[in-house]
Amino acid sequence: MASELDIFVGNTTLIDEDVYRLWLDGYSVSDAVALRVRSGILEQTGATAAVLQSDTMDHYRTFQMLERLLHAPPKLLHQLIFQIPPSRQALLIERYYAFDEAFVREVLGKKLSKGTKKDLDDISTKTGITLKSCRRQFDNFKRVFKVVEEMRGSLVDNIQQHFLLSDRLARDYAAIVFFANNRFETGKKKLQYLSFGDFAFCAELMIQNWTLGAVGEAPTDPDPQADDMDMDLDKEFLQDLKELKVLVADKDLLDLHKSLVCTALRGKLGVFSEMEANFKNLSRGLVNVAAKLTHNKDVRDLFVDLVEKFVEPCRSDHWPLNDVRLFLNQYSASVHSLDGFRHQALWDRYMGTLRGCLLRLCHD
Amino acid sequence: MPGKLKVKIVAGRHLPVMDRASDLTDAFVEVKFGNTTFKTDVYLKSLNPQWNSEWFKFEVDDEDLQDEPLQITVLDHDTYSANDAIGKVYIDIDPLLYSEAATVISGWFPIYDTIHGIRGEINVVVKVDLFNDLNRFRQSSCGIKFFCTTSIPKCYRAVIIHGFVEELVVNEDPEYQWIDRIRTPRASNEARQRLISLMSGELQRKIGLKVLEMRGNAVVGYLQCFDLEGESGLVVRAIGTACTLDKLSSPAAFLPACNSPSKEMKEIPFNEDPNPNTHSSGPSTPLKNQTYSFSPSKSYSRQSSSSDTDLSLTPKTGMGSGSAGKEGGPFKALLRQQTQSALEQREFPFFTLTAFPPGFLVHVGGVVSARSVKLLDRIHNPDEPETRDAWWAEIRQEIKSHAKALGCHAVVGYSESTSICEEVCILSASGTAAVLNPRFLQDGTVEGCLEQRLEENLPAGCGFCHIPYDELNMPFPAHLTYCYNCRKQKVPDVLFTTIDLPMDAAVIGKGCLIQARLCRLKKKAQAEANATAISNLLPFMEYEVHTQLMNKLKLKGMNALFGLRIQISVGENMLMGLASATGVYLAALPTPGGIQIAGKTPNDGSYEQHISHMQKKINDTIAKNKELYEINPPEICEEIIGSPIPEPRQRSRLLRSQSESSDEVTELDLSHGKKDAFVLEIDDTDAMEDVHSLLTDVPPPSGFYSCNTEIMPGINNWTSEIQMFTSVRVIRLSSLNLTNQALNKNFNDLCENLLKSLYFKLRSMIPCCLCHVNFTVSLPEDELIQVTVTAVAITFDKNQALQTTKTHAEKSLQRASTDNEELLQFPLELCSDSLPSHPFPPAKEHLESASSNSGIPAAQRAVTVEKASPVGEGNFRNRSSPPCANSTVGVVKMTPLSFIPGAKITKYLGIINMFFIRETTSLREEGGVSGFLHAFIAEVFAMVRAHVAALGGNAVVSYIMKQCVFMENPNKNQAQCLINVSGDAVVFVRESELEVVSTQQPAATCQPSCTGGEVTT
Repeated sequence: MASELDIFVGNTTLIDEDVYRLWLDGYSVSDAVALRVRSGILEQTGATAAVLQSDTMDHYRTFQMLERLLHAPPKLLHQLIFQIPPSRQALLIERYYAFDEAFVREVLGKKLSKGTKKDLDDISTKTGITLKSCRRQFDNFKRVFKVVEEMRGSLVDNIQQHFLLSDRLARDYAAIVFFANNRFETGKKKLQYLSFGDFAFCAELMIQNWTLGAVGEAPTDPDPQADDMDMDLDKEFLQDLKELKVLVADKDLLDLHKSLVCTALRGKLGVFSEMEANFKNLSRGLVNVAAKLTHNKDVRDLFVDLVEKFVEPCRSDHWPLNDVRLFLNQYSASVHSLDGFRHQALWDRYMGTLRGCLLRLCHD
Repeated sequence: MPGKLKVKIVAGRHLPVMDRASDLTDAFVEVKFGNTTFKTDVYLKSLNPQWNSEWFKFEVDDEDLQDEPLQITVLDHDTYSANDAIGKVYIDIDPLLYSEAATVISGWFPIYDTIHGIRGEINVVVKVDLFNDLNRFRQSSCGIKFFCTTSIPKCYRAVIIHGFVEELVVNEDPEYQWIDRIRTPRASNEARQRLISLMSGELQRKIGLKVLEMRGNAVVGYLQCFDLEGESGLVVRAIGTACTLDKLSSPAAFLPACNSPSKEMKEIPFNEDPNPNTHSSGPSTPLKNQTYSFSPSKSYSRQSSSSDTDLSLTPKTGMGSGSAGKEGGPFKALLRQQTQSALEQREFPFFTLTAFPPGFLVHVGGVVSARSVKLLDRIHNPDEPETRDAWWAEIRQEIKSHAKALGCHAVVGYSESTSICEEVCILSASGTAAVLNPRFLQDGTVEGCLEQRLEENLPAGCGFCHIPYDELNMPFPAHLTYCYNCRKQKVPDVLFTTIDLPMDAAVIGKGCLIQARLCRLKKKAQAEANATAISNLLPFMEYEVHTQLMNKLKLKGMNALFGLRIQISVGENMLMGLASATGVYLAALPTPGGIQIAGKTPNDGSYEQHISHMQKKINDTIAKNKELYEINPPEICEEIIGSPIPEPRQRSRLLRSQSESSDEVTELDLSHGKKDAFVLEIDDTDAMEDVHSLLTDVPPPSGFYSCNTEIMPGINNWTSEIQMFTSVRVIRLSSLNLTNQALNKNFNDLCENLLKSLYFKLRSMIPCCLCHVNFTVSLPEDELIQVTVTAVAITFDKNQALQTTKTHAEKSLQRASTDNEELLQFPLELCSDSLPSHPFPPAKEHLESASSNSGIPAAQRAVTVEKASPVGEGNFRNRSSPPCANSTVGVVKMTPLSFIPGAKITKYLGIINMFFIRETTSLREEGGVSGFLHAFIAEVFAMVRAHVAALGGNAVVSYIMKQCVFMENPNKNQAQCLINVSGDAVVFVRESELEVVSTQQPAATCQPSCTGGEVTT
C-alpha cells in the first residue's frame, strides 16, 4: 500500500523551523527523518515514522518551491502563491542566507567562480558540511556578489535592500563580497587562527576608510559626484601610500619617530624593552606593507603580511593586548609631531584602519 | 443594453522570460468579453511592464454580464512568429452586479497558464455601470445575491425562506470533441475552463430567475457541481435555498418574534394517518412548498415518539433506487410525465441550509437519503437536459416520500452528489427530515400551524429531538423514551442528522468526528450488468456503513450524529463508502447502552476467554472515551419510561446477515434501542475484523478535537488563529489477492494515517479543533484510492474551556445574549463602513503603500500607511527599512466555516466560484505527482485569495473544494488535475478592533492574531 501521492497545503504555509534547518543543512529526506526520530519527536507527539516521513516530504517540497523565491527575497514578499506571515518570511530569508563559520573560512577571499565551486567537494569533506549545504552557501555568496557588484552606494545598504537581510547578516555579506572582490588571502596556515569575525571586522573598517565610497567620508552625506563604490579599494589612495616610505627610508625620521614613541611609552609598557628593540622592525614592516599595496598580489597578501610583520613578532615577545593598543596609538599619534613628514592625512587614513585591524588580529 | 463594463490594465510584474536572447519579455494584453476584444500596447523589454491602459469599455446586455467571464490574456509580442501566450486571468464580474457587494474589482491577479501554472501577476481594475432598469429582468437576474454559506449570512435577516431552487445545464465536453485531437492541450484546457465558466454563469442566472419568480432576493446554501460525464457530456448543476433577506439595519429586527402567532390549532392530516402511502397524497399540493401542514403543535394531538429513523430508512432507499437504474426505459417515460408538470419542481420542500434562524427548526425526524444508479448516454440536445432533470426529480421525489414517512414535511441540510465511473453514474441525495416553523416560509401560509410550543421549547433546547412521527404508527421499530430534558415528549434513543448542531441544543461534553469506512469489491462489467451489480451492492454498503456508524457512536458513548455525509464512490472494480459525522451526547436523549459481544461457540474455553478479553477492551474504550469527551450526564433515576409499542424481535442483536437488508424497512432492524446492550455477534472472521476495526480508530492526541460540523459542541471560546488546509492522498493497492478485508484495512489505514498526519502537522496549534473536516474519496483508476480532506484548524483557549461546566440552559441563554451583542455591534460597524473617509480600498495604490504589516485587513490598510512597520521584530533591526518590505501582500483568510472566530463579518462581496485545469507533460521535472499537485493546490489558493483581495475582501468563508480530479500517466510523464472551489468573499473586522472603533476611526492596530495564523513555532 504505497502512497502514490501525499500532500498537505495550508492557506498559511506551514514552516517547521527544525525541518527547515535540516533542509538547509542539506540532509536528504531519509536522513532528515532519521535525525528527527533521534530527536525524540515520536515520543513527544505519539506520531509514527510514516507520519514523520510524510511530514518531512511535505516540508521539503514546500522549501524547494520557496527556494526559487528565496533567490530574490523581495519576490518572496510580493508573490501570491505562499501566504506567509512577515515574521516567518524574515526567518526564511535570514536562515537561507545564514552560513557556516567553517565554510565561510574556506572560501573567504577566493574568487567566487566555477573553479572554486568544483572544490566544494573537498570543503565538504573537510568541514563535514554536506555538499548540498556548501553549494547553497556558495551560491548565496555568488548571487549577492553578482547583484551588488556594479552598484553604487553603501554596500551594506545595497545588500539589505536586495536581499532583505538583517543588519548583522548584511554586514557579514558585505565583508564576504569585499573579500571576494579583493581576493584577500585568508587560507594560509598562519592565518588559520583568525575567525570570520576577525576578517569581517577588518573588512568593515577597510570599506569605511579605504574604498572609493569612503572618499565622500561621512556615510550619511555621500558626495553624489564621487564614485561611490564600496567594493574596490581606492586606487589613488594605494598609490599615495608609497609616500609613507619616507618614514622608514629616512633614517632621521625613523629615529625621531622611535624616540617620540619611546619617550611617551616609557614606564607604561610591560614589554617596553622588547618594543624598543623591535621598533624599527615593526615600523618598517607596517610601512612597507603600505608601500607595497599598489600591487594586486600584495593587496591579496595583506593579512599574511600583517601577521608576519606585526602580529607574530608581538606574539613571540608576549605582548599583552593592552600594550599593543598603547603602542599602536602612540605609534600613530607620534607621526603628527614629525615636522619633516607631510602626509599626515594619508597616514591617518592608513593607520587609523590598520590600527583597528591589528588590534583585532592580535589574539591566539 | 443595460450595462457598461470598464476594464483598465495597469501593470504586470514577475513575468516569465519569454525571449531567451534578451532575458526579457515584450508583453501586451488582450481583454476579451463576449465577442469584443481590446488590446494594450506592447510594453517592450520588461518583466514588470507598466501598461497603464485607457479604460476599455464593453457595452453589453446584463444577461451576458451574468454569463460571461472577463477574459484577460497576457501575450509576448513576437515580430516574426506568432505571439506566445503567457497566461490568462478569468474574472467573474458577478459580484459587481448587485448593489451591496463590491463596487470595483481591482488588484493583482496571478496570470495562470494551464501548462505552466502561475506566471507572474497582472494589475487590473474592473468596474460596471448598470443602468438600473429593474423591470427588465427577464433573461437576467442581476441583483440576486448568492451565498455558499448554508445558514442565513451573518449580516442579514431572513424575512422569508422560500425554499428549494435547482437547475442544471449540460453541454458537450470540449475534451471529447473531435477538434481535441488536433489542438494543443492548452487550447483544450482553456476551452474547457471557459465553457465551465460560461455554464456556471448561465446556471447562476437561471437560478436567479427562479428566485425572482418566487419573489426572493437571494440564494443561500448555493451548491454548484460539475459532472464530468466524459463522452456523454458535461453537466453543471446547482441547488440552493431561495430567501428574501434583509440587510440588518436595526438590532431589533433580527430578534425573531419567537413567541408569535397564537393561531388556532388545526388538525393536521397526518397526525391521524401516519401511513406513508396516504401521506403522499396529502401534502403534495401544486403550490409551493410552504403549503404543507406543519405541525409544530403536535404536543397536543399526540405524544411524540421517536426512533433512529435514518438507520432503517437508508438501506431501503438504496435498494429502491438501485433497481431504478436497471429499468431505464419504462422509467424514463414515467419520469418525463413527472417533469412535464413544471410546478412539481417547486414542490420539493427542501432546504440546503444546515443552520437556521432560532425557532425555524421544530422537530427533526432523521436522515433521509436516496441513491440511484444510472447509465450515462450522450446528451443529444443540450438545450433540453430532460434526462438529467428527470433523474434528479425522481430522486427528490423519493426523498420527499421518505420524509413524509417520518412524519415530516420538509427536508433540511439537503445535498446532492454524483459519482461517475465510465458510463455508470450513482446519483445520491440526502438530507434530514424535519418539521419546520412556517412563520419563515411565507406570509400566506396559514394552515393552522400554530405555535403553542412556548413553554415546551424555549427553555430547554430539546424540542428538535422530539419525534415528529406518530408513536403508534411508527414507520419502523424504535425505542422511545421521554425526553431527558423536559420529560414531556418522546425522543428516540439515537438521532442522526445532516444538519449542524442547533445553537440552542443541550449537549453534554464535547463532540468528535466519527467515520465509517467501507470497501466492496465488484466484478468488472459493462453497462447494464455493471449498473445491476452496483445496484445490488448498494444496500449492503449502506447497511454496513450504518452499522459501523452506530457501533462507533456507542463506542464513544454518544447518542447523536450531526453533519452526517455518506459518500459512495464507484470505481472499475470496487465501491467505496465513506461516512463522516460529528457525534455528540444530546442531553435530551437517553444514555446509550454499551456494546456486548456474543460468541457463537460458547463451549470453547479459549474462545470464550478471547471474547471476554475483547469485551473488556470495548468496555474500557467506552469508559475512556466518556472521560475524553467529558460525557458525564447527570444520573437520573430510571423512570418508568415505557415504550411498549414496538418490541421487535431481534431488537438487541445486530445480525450480520444479508437477505434481510433487502426489501422492507422494518426488517433492517438497526434500532438496538435497549440501553443496556448492543450485541455484536462474532460468528466468523468477518465479524472479528469489524470488532477489531472498531478498536483501531485512535483518538486524536490530547489537545486535539475534530468535527465535521461548523461548531464543535462543548467548545465556545475560540481564539482567532485559523489554518485552513487541503490534504490529498492517493494509494495504490497491490492488485494481488484483493479481498474485501484487505481493502477495508487499506482504506481504514489510509484515512487514519491521514488524520494522524494532520494532527502531527498542526501540533503547534494545540489546543485546537479541526472543524468542518470534509473527506472525499474517489477511485481515479483501477487500484488507486484518492482521499481529499479539507478542514480548518482553530485554536481555542483551554483555560476557559475548563470553566464551561455551566448548566446548559445557562449556556444557551448566554449564547442568546451574545447574539444580541453581535447585533448591536453591527450598526456601529456598518456606519463606520459607509463613512466616506474610509471606503474599502482594494485598489493597487493602497496595497503598494500599505506598510509591510500584512496582517491588516484590506479595509484598514489605508489607515496604517504611516504606521511604523513592525516587521519581524528583532529580525529586522533596520537602519533603513528595505524598500520592498513595504508592499507585502494582504492576508486573506480562508475557512470552510461560515464565520471567522473572534471577528465580525461586515460585508459579503459575492460568491467565488472557480474552476481550474492544470496539466503537465513534465511530471518528473515538477517533482512527480506530489510536487505537481502540491504546487497546483497552492496556486488555486493563491488565485482565490487574489480574487477576494481584488474585491476588497479579506476572507473567504464557506470555502469548499468541490472537486479535485487527478489523473496521471507516469509512463508518458503526464498528469492532469481539475479543481473546482467556491466560497463567499467577505470583509471581516476583528472584534478586538471593533471595540476600539470609536464610531469614526477604525483601529489601526494589528492584533498579533492577524498575521494569518503563525502556526509553526
